[in-house]
Amino acid sequence: MRAAILALLLMAAPAWAATEPDEVLADPALEARARQLGTELRCVVCAGESIESSSAGVARDLRLLVRERLVAGDTDDEALDYVVARYGEGVLLRPRFGGHTLALWLMPAGLLVLGGVGAATALRRRGRGTGRALSAEEAEEVERLR
Amino acid sequence: MRRLLFFLPFAVFGAVAGFGLWALTSGRDPNAFDSPVVGRDLPALALEPLADLPLLQTGEIGGGVQVVNVFASWCVPCVAEHPVLVSIAESGVPVHGIAYQDAPEDTLAFLDEHGNPYASVGRDAGRQVLELGLSGVPETFLVVDGAVAYHAAGPILGAPGDAFLAALDAAR
Repeated sequence: MRAAILALLLMAAPAWAATEPDEVLADPALEARARQLGTELRCVVCAGESIESSSAGVARDLRLLVRERLVAGDTDDEALDYVVARYGEGVLLRPRFGGHTLALWLMPAGLLVLGGVGAATALRRRGRGTGRALSAEEAEEVERLR
Repeated sequence: MRRLLFFLPFAVFGAVAGFGLWALTSGRDPNAFDSPVVGRDLPALALEPLADLPLLQTGEIGGGVQVVNVFASWCVPCVAEHPVLVSIAESGVPVHGIAYQDAPEDTLAFLDEHGNPYASVGRDAGRQVLELGLSGVPETFLVVDGAVAYHAAGPILGAPGDAFLAALDAAR
């Protein structure tokens, strides 16, 4: 049963990659790098999808371009830079860390710290109580309830 | 201090609402892509000739104000923008065409049917146009003295306030 599920999953694998058979490089190592890079590049007409999972014409062209660069001897970063030089940083699905993306990268950690400080202050204040002794009336009431 | 704290939720609400208002009214398109080619020289593309029409040499396009349009016969918005390109050409600005992934006979039939505004044409059977940061057809580039001054993605329909036509008017 488990083997059958695994076999089905393996057969379904190409369903979430749009790479067509005629695009695949002969060298499996280069092809694996090309697919990895393909998942990091945004399809310029579908925006939410990577070029690896899009069947749009320009996504196919970009997949072929990435493969062409890798065959020409580019490193992964050089191949990404090549595409960024033509389409801008918006094509990267993982934005680069830099001055212009500082808010984007640091905001979650910043908010966590801010929230943590707020929560800690509130909890400490609550734990401390009012710091005032009971009045005579209040003491009487406590006695009565006992 | 304590009283100021009570206003914190209002301040947070104000900041979020302000951002929303800005996002709605600034006209910014979050899906728009940068076009790094703007400001650079029009790259030299190795285009193929279309029949015996003059071949577009993007690397040596020359000075002055010119327009480079990427089109295809199979592209419906290209039909819609074609009359605008014709009128730009008639106004004296040279318009050049790049036929994108199109059979030569189909491109020729398209130009026969809708008129040929192009001073020169080249065919891109491959991926040359990716150099321009192309995301689809039609796309149009305003070229001033060999450098790209404006990149319009999508058809130029000649509506009042069209950004490409405004850039073209400003350039001449």
